[in-house]
Amino acid sequence: MTNHWNDFKNSDVILIMGSNPASNHPISFKWIQEAIDKRGAKLICVDPRFTQSAAKAHLYAPLRSGTDIAFLGGMIKYILEKNLIQHEYVVSYTNASFLVNPALKMPGENKGVFSGLTDGKYEKDTWAYQVDAEGVIKKDKTLTDPNCVFQLLKKHYSRYTPELVSRITGTPKDKLLEVYKIYGSTGKPDKAGVELYAMGWTQHTVGVQNIRTMCIIQLLLGNMGIAGGGVAAMRGESNVQGSTDHGLLFHIWPGYLGAPTASMKTLKDFNEKRTPKTKEKNSLNWWKNTPKYVASFLRSMYGTNATLEEAYQLMPKLDDGANYSWLTIFDQMYKGKFTGFFAWGMNPACSGAHSNKTRQAMTKLDWMVNVNLFDNETGSFWRGPGMDPAKVKTEVFMLPCASSIEKEGSIANSSRLMQWRYKAISPVGLSKPDGDIMSELYFKTRDLYVKQGGPGKEALTKLTWPYGKQVGHEFHYEPRKVAAEINGVFLENKRMENPTKKGEFKEFKKGDPVPTFAWLQDDGSTSSGCWVYCGSVGEKGNLAMRRGTKDTSGIGLYPEWAWCWPINRRIIYNGASVDPSGKPWDPKRAVIKWDGEKWAGDVPDGAGNPGAGRPPFIMKPDGVASLFGPGLTDGPFPEHYEPLECPVEKNLMSPQKNNPVIKRFDASGVGSDMDVYSGVASCDPRFPFIGTTYRVSEHWQTGVLTRWCPWLAEMQPGMFVEMSQELAKERGIVSGDKCVVKSARGEVEATAIVTPRFKPFNIDGNTIHEIGIPWHYGWITTADRKYNPNDKKPEVNTFGDAANILTSTIGDANTMIPESKAFMVNVVKKGGK
Amino acid sequence: MNVNRRGFLKLSGAVMAVSGLGISLKPIAAHAQPLKIKYAKETTTVCPYCSVGCSIIVSVRDGKVINTEGDPDSPINKGSLCSKGGSIYQMAVNENRLDKPLYRAPFATEWKEVEWDWALGKIAKNVKKSRDASFKKTNAKGEVVNRTEGIASVGSAAMDLEECFTYQKFLRGLGLVYIEHQARI
Repeated sequence: MTNHWNDFKNSDVILIMGSNPASNHPISFKWIQEAIDKRGAKLICVDPRFTQSAAKAHLYAPLRSGTDIAFLGGMIKYILEKNLIQHEYVVSYTNASFLVNPALKMPGENKGVFSGLTDGKYEKDTWAYQVDAEGVIKKDKTLTDPNCVFQLLKKHYSRYTPELVSRITGTPKDKLLEVYKIYGSTGKPDKAGVELYAMGWTQHTVGVQNIRTMCIIQLLLGNMGIAGGGVAAMRGESNVQGSTDHGLLFHIWPGYLGAPTASMKTLKDFNEKRTPKTKEKNSLNWWKNTPKYVASFLRSMYGTNATLEEAYQLMPKLDDGANYSWLTIFDQMYKGKFTGFFAWGMNPACSGAHSNKTRQAMTKLDWMVNVNLFDNETGSFWRGPGMDPAKVKTEVFMLPCASSIEKEGSIANSSRLMQWRYKAISPVGLSKPDGDIMSELYFKTRDLYVKQGGPGKEALTKLTWPYGKQVGHEFHYEPRKVAAEINGVFLENKRMENPTKKGEFKEFKKGDPVPTFAWLQDDGSTSSGCWVYCGSVGEKGNLAMRRGTKDTSGIGLYPEWAWCWPINRRIIYNGASVDPSGKPWDPKRAVIKWDGEKWAGDVPDGAGNPGAGRPPFIMKPDGVASLFGPGLTDGPFPEHYEPLECPVEKNLMSPQKNNPVIKRFDASGVGSDMDVYSGVASCDPRFPFIGTTYRVSEHWQTGVLTRWCPWLAEMQPGMFVEMSQELAKERGIVSGDKCVVKSARGEVEATAIVTPRFKPFNIDGNTIHEIGIPWHYGWITTADRKYNPNDKKPEVNTFGDAANILTSTIGDANTMIPESKAFMVNVVKKGGK
Repeated sequence: MNVNRRGFLKLSGAVMAVSGLGISLKPIAAHAQPLKIKYAKETTTVCPYCSVGCSIIVSVRDGKVINTEGDPDSPINKGSLCSKGGSIYQMAVNENRLDKPLYRAPFATEWKEVEWDWALGKIAKNVKKSRDASFKKTNAKGEVVNRTEGIASVGSAAMDLEECFTYQKFLRGLGLVYIEHQARI
């Protein structure tokens, strides 16, 4: 999230699209409701289903799953046509004025794709900016040059007429225009609009571009960086923000440092290739500091056991252009590429798309380690539906870990807020904190390498691990020591000039905490596990433990409640909340204010001194936000493409039906025999309905914890399929009927819930039905499975298996997140046809 | 007295029947409520479920969780909790929690309880065997990659920040490149 949960109260218009916070982030509604009650804010909800959030909204507009870009593209056209933009913001703080290569061709004139497409991949030279002799980007601040970003944007979205959008999305035209009008009203400097999304936007083949479209709208309306504005990515797990910050993904090291590839042979190569450069004279280009963060991270891995260059060499490298993400892992596993597998605090047997493939893949492993609180479908995959344990070779270790109140440590919520959790009780039974388990495993593995040797031994044996102490067979992990390492320390005595105050010097001793990331060094004299957390632990202790409830800002920043990355800044991009002369666009809602000498309010973000001309988006090399985004794999502007599995024959927007650069697993030499789709080239009468997945308040993720909690299991006891009254009538189904939902990949049983919350869509004159299923269930907590004498038996059983049995192995073109929000299914009464 | 939830419901029924004898329970009920967390030690935590980050007070007496409730001091939730956050009591007080390491040998049809030391020792041996067999010093192009191709890891967005950092350190020290978690599903 760019802003934070309390900040919703500062909004004038709140758009819920791609999420359902009333059900899935219930407490966020406290602040949405406050905006409605105290400011008279308007709440809009756009969703295929009339959700609990829709029930609280002033305006609800339905749309067919997978058509968000069409819907929002129409809004861009409306905003530009009615001139609702915040002009000075757009000119000064975005790339609207940048001139693009005149050779660029856009989808409207190029059969639905951008120029440069060959063999499912874009060559991007026609997407580049025009530069002068010094390499500075050419600009037209009048925004009239036909090759400037602003004019290109106008041209691109001129095709997104309300009539066409309505035929694609199924949203009635009057509803479209009403949403556009209300949201477009936030383009005034004294109005703020915020957008709330979750997996309703990410789980599509155009997931990143869904979010990009909204970012463009927010920038046109001047809604980024201000109180009550921003784009709120509401994440689904308590620490999924933090685990991403800490690089538990193949492509990033902690702090969003891109993982090195094989062609970057030395640390110098890596730094040269990964450090962005700019010729824009006022741009701060914060990522120019990359080498400092990289050096400090390498020190946190190997300390002084290796030089920086040696440490860089020890780190594993990716092949250039290769993808090691989720869908690839399970594809490779299915093909027998892995002998070992860790599913640590995760239940991929239910959470991964195409569960049948995922579960089959696990049978190809030699061994698996599953760490969790309860028995689950992953650890017990070998005895799941359709499995014959006597034929499954996989050796499985199920390790019991402590719950969050049986250990201490911190987590980061959606708004980057790092909050400390204390140990209330000892771990249940012989379960242990994850930190203890991984430490013991580290030392046992290390010992084997020390004694027996092995390839790449030093990569493991030279790691530093000063995180606690060995007591007999056990290792007592101390999270506070790790928190200090993540923050960073000086590795030698050092006298340094204050990077933010020339002429002021400070003495540091070896072991002192580094005050903020501005002090980190590229010469190996500092260590920091994750630079964005630098500043969280210091002379005043661990700031995540703070419980100050003062709010002097008047806008609910609560700067003394815990600690927020970066450097306790609560609203990022807040340098854009003031005009180029330094005055808040809206003085009544100021995030930062110049008091004559310094900024007051939130920790300023790239603000510079008032009138100094510094563009505020300092994480972008050119300093401004991107209306035009040439960095993405699938186009510099978002374009509507149909989901891979969809209910329509044609993309009404262009001759290009699907995102042209997605990786099809059914292509020869890519996936496996199990990777099948339906309704791709043309509609498949076997699977005539759109299927989508969602959550209920009472369960979390695959239900891996909540299905074992009787209060919750009793409230939401099992798999259901929600459908419209019209579809139910057509299929002879009534509420409570046991049904079977089928896709090209599998089937699940579900209880019918017939509601008016789904309505058939009118898509270009055709009636299209959509059904919804929750994704929280799995066979392990059901009553009808086999229980061995020592098995745990849930006090309250649940019914049904995973929704992901139906979903497909197709991912977003940029992130490879599976398209679990739009796929094709059939639904029949159980025992019927 | 050890009373589980369903047992408690039955017991309440019995008390109701007794109250039918003409003994009013009202003053006792009013008195019993404030006593619930008396002599309890309070600690704060943050809800382990969604990403709002609601603060929760955990009350412990004699090493047992006796109550969990929303923390009114938190500027985020100001004491409110949803159905999941309101239930974290059941995560700690739950007979179905795994309390011992379990092991399933190849082709076995049941779990077997094992000791930690044995399980972790065996995993370490497995890790070494898989790593040694699949460690690539160079790739097909001859570039240095120093990676382990035969082991993958998924998880863990439910761990603490400190554990996440330590976990990635362990995995990258092993040379893993197939590292993914909940952010990609």
